[in-house]
Amino acid sequence: MEIFGASPQLILGQVLIGLINGSFYALLSLGLAIIFGLLRVINFAHGALYMMGAFAAWMTQAWLGLNFWAALIIAPLAVGLFGLLVERAFLRSIYHLDHLYGLLLTFGIALMVEGMYRYWFGAAGKPFTAPDAFRGIWDLGFVIVPKYRGFVVLTSLVTCLAVWLLIERTRLGAYLRAATENPDLVSCFGINVSLLTASAYVLGAALAGLSGVLAAPIYQVTPLMGTNLIIVVFAVVVTGGMGSLSGAIITGYGMGVIEGLTKVFYPAASSVVIFVVMALMLLLRPAGLFGKEA
Amino acid sequence: MPRFPLLPALALLLLLCIAPLVFYPIFLIKLLCFALFAAAFHLLLGYVGLLSFGHAAFFGTGAYMSAQALARWNLAPELALLFAVAMSAALGAVIGFLAVRRQGIYFAMITLALGQMVYFIYLQAPFTGGEDGIRGITPGHFLGVVDLADPLALYFTVLALTVLAFALVWRIVQSPFGMILEAIRENEPRAISLGYNPTLYKLAAFTFSAGLAGLAGGLKAMSFQIATLVDVTWQMSGEVVLMTLVGGIGTFLGPVVGAFIIGGLEQFLARSTLPAPVILGAAFILCVMLFRKGVAGTARSLVQAWAQRRSTPNTPETDPTNRTDK
Amino acid sequence: MTFKPITTAALIAGTALSPLPAFAGPDAIKVGLLMDMTGNYSDVAGQGSVTAAEMAVEDFGGTVLGKPIEVVHADMQNKVDIATSIAREWFDVEAVDAIVDSNMSSAGLAVSEIAVEKDRLMIMNISGSPRFTNESCNPNTIHYVYDTYALATSTGKAVVRGGGDKWFFVTVDYTFGHDFQAQAEDAVASEGGETIGSVLVPLNAGDYSSALIQAQSSDANVIAFATAGADTSNAIKQAAEFGIGQGDDRQLAGLLVYINEIDALGLETAQGMLLTSAFYWDLDEETRAFSNRYMEKMGKMPNMSQAGVYSSTMHYLKAVEAAGTEDHAAVMAKMKEMPINDFFVKDGYIREDGRMMRDMYLFRVKSPDQSTGPWDYYEKVATISADDAFTPVSESRCYLLKEQN
Repeated sequence: MEIFGASPQLILGQVLIGLINGSFYALLSLGLAIIFGLLRVINFAHGALYMMGAFAAWMTQAWLGLNFWAALIIAPLAVGLFGLLVERAFLRSIYHLDHLYGLLLTFGIALMVEGMYRYWFGAAGKPFTAPDAFRGIWDLGFVIVPKYRGFVVLTSLVTCLAVWLLIERTRLGAYLRAATENPDLVSCFGINVSLLTASAYVLGAALAGLSGVLAAPIYQVTPLMGTNLIIVVFAVVVTGGMGSLSGAIITGYGMGVIEGLTKVFYPAASSVVIFVVMALMLLLRPAGLFGKEA
Repeated sequence: MPRFPLLPALALLLLLCIAPLVFYPIFLIKLLCFALFAAAFHLLLGYVGLLSFGHAAFFGTGAYMSAQALARWNLAPELALLFAVAMSAALGAVIGFLAVRRQGIYFAMITLALGQMVYFIYLQAPFTGGEDGIRGITPGHFLGVVDLADPLALYFTVLALTVLAFALVWRIVQSPFGMILEAIRENEPRAISLGYNPTLYKLAAFTFSAGLAGLAGGLKAMSFQIATLVDVTWQMSGEVVLMTLVGGIGTFLGPVVGAFIIGGLEQFLARSTLPAPVILGAAFILCVMLFRKGVAGTARSLVQAWAQRRSTPNTPETDPTNRTDK
Repeated sequence: MTFKPITTAALIAGTALSPLPAFAGPDAIKVGLLMDMTGNYSDVAGQGSVTAAEMAVEDFGGTVLGKPIEVVHADMQNKVDIATSIAREWFDVEAVDAIVDSNMSSAGLAVSEIAVEKDRLMIMNISGSPRFTNESCNPNTIHYVYDTYALATSTGKAVVRGGGDKWFFVTVDYTFGHDFQAQAEDAVASEGGETIGSVLVPLNAGDYSSALIQAQSSDANVIAFATAGADTSNAIKQAAEFGIGQGDDRQLAGLLVYINEIDALGLETAQGMLLTSAFYWDLDEETRAFSNRYMEKMGKMPNMSQAGVYSSTMHYLKAVEAAGTEDHAAVMAKMKEMPINDFFVKDGYIREDGRMMRDMYLFRVKSPDQSTGPWDYYEKVATISADDAFTPVSESRCYLLKEQN
């Protein structure tokens, strides 16, 4: 049986592969949504933070001699710490301005960070391979999946769920959400809003860092690995709307699958399909799939 | 109503007329093209409050279309430029139609994404020649008389067209149409209640801005005799944002000043050992953190402060277009 | 047109008043490099190429025809307009005699045209566009190291001869990739091999898994990547992840791979892969001697384009000396007349279309066990003769060769 000239096996395989790419989209757009929710800043530096995560993983291996699992913990923390510095040093003093300034500032930070990394580590990047436990492949019959990619999907799902629970179901999350709605009121209750904002940026940055570590064994670790990705993730975010965290997550996975299927049916369009979906969404539902903004 | 910055504009024009004595005409042409591009971009940001992060799509379209018309169809330069403007404006209408549905940051992200899509289309379209670009452009005679093979004739033609385009921008900003745009920017619901359709006005402004950016790209391709992918990349979009930021958002001549500064900086960086991307990134950060009025904005504030000191009892002249600290 | 006299006067004035420093008078021989010093291509060209040119000047003795030799370079930032305006400045104001490399084919082609206009020389080392010696060939330009035609043809022929006769292409979806694949397909067919499939991937796609799965499910024994730069790196890395080309009966072939990319990927990932290059530092005593000196300055081994900058600069200087004049046409005639014999190329010569004709090598990337240390990456598998590798005169689209026939 064939569907438009492609076997069901192939399609199922591509859906699975799409989910893997979607894992990265989901983690990154979740981070963007958290940051936007509290800071009203579109974090253009998100791609650079993702790249920093991948390089941090390489550094933990090459400089500290530690293994992948250590990198999985250390790298997001390191990127989170960098995020804290950025928030305290720069972002904090522009919250009162037009939101476009946040975009411009983080764009500048991205250019600078990527430029510095290229200067230090070279444009071709650094080697990084999956941990021994995840070398090799699973042959599922209809598709071959490298074991490591299975791990990526799982980690991404668990992380997304955990972050969602943290924000939607805990007291800390309640503060965060309240501060998103009305920061002045929340600070009246004696809650340190400035600390909340900082932690939101750190959390978003750490998620980007985590995606970077996860990506390091799959994609070549180069200073520009996040540059093209961030534009795609922006399109994902626009399509989903930044109203809800679950929306960001679901759209991330969904877009990964759509992109994967395009690669089978019409490869020539696979570079633009996400942008086309975004354009269609703007025509049908300008606020985005899960968006609240009118 | 803002006054036309007559004195600075005249001084600038005079400088540009004698500049070829000191600088290479082709380098000056690049600066003029950037200035026009920045003015097109600034028309949206400064007067409608929309930040487009995909304006390279129109700049690059202008370049490719004029290159196509000149190199392959052998059109006269003025017709090639008209074609470039028309095609860029058409693309602007399509992208604008999608983008003006959202505002603020969303608008920036949408234009960035659609701009990237345009990049991919040009990358894959056979007529653009991929990395080699469209070459073999002979500019010919402008209006049948001015020989554009001559560097100075080319320079003054580009200068004349740029001045005309700037005059047009000023005219539009001052027209009832421009007033309505400004009203929409300041208070969209009120503009709606007055019976205007903001979407339509924004779309018109976007299309016009795209056409103007196309003219800048078309002039650049005609002068450099090449059209390449560089002019369609998101980095180019980022650069025009930086030019406007450095020059001063909300000032008529800001884009010119910014374009000259960034264009000159690039040329300087070419001869230095400093890493260009890092410097440009740092310029962004500096401008946002400490220098939001830009060069022209700061100059204007200084002049106003000076004028105020001289005529203290009079009412100080305030400028409604200065909204950088909002 | 009446503008002319005014223009000429103004231009002279412009040159005189130019604020740009003219370091030495016209009494120096100057070579220039328009490199991406800090961007995406700074590893494969950049400072390494500048250093190579400087080494050539130093080794030549620093003077020719009694005049000092100078190397100038600029960071063209991957922008065509910067490259062309600096090239003009160099030719007009600073009296640069030859530009011995430029990043980006679009910029290189534009600079090559300026060289014709100003009657100077242009040597291309880093870019691989076949246009330089075909549609856009001119008497002032030399294409020295390689072109994509030669890489595709050499890889195609040599791999089929080695038994890899069923090809599957993973091709980047734009002109560069399409041409690359077409050239390789021709070469494969000419040796009796066949192309059994191909898949297009977008530029900067990042993820190659769907292309790799399609390649894996075909019964190809060679999977070739008609890609470049980061795309190639990602494709190779993910092929290793899918277990393709390592321990199965398939071979991976990269059509355009620089040794810097192998260094960045690591041998564990890249092992077993086939690729064509004009140069490898560890071929013989001479290549090692040069490369170790280069290593001392740069901290890494030279790639084919960087070694090519040295060799072509040296050849240019020798031609100036042999011609006994700076006159660019005379120097070019000497360059085409004199054979080239150094560590970089044996019995090389420059054809009338500007193509430097040399042998190419097919290499296999070593496994970590086979490698004795950093930069010990390649093992030579085959040599492809210049006539086998490069566009034959009969297929050339260069008017200079047509005139000759």
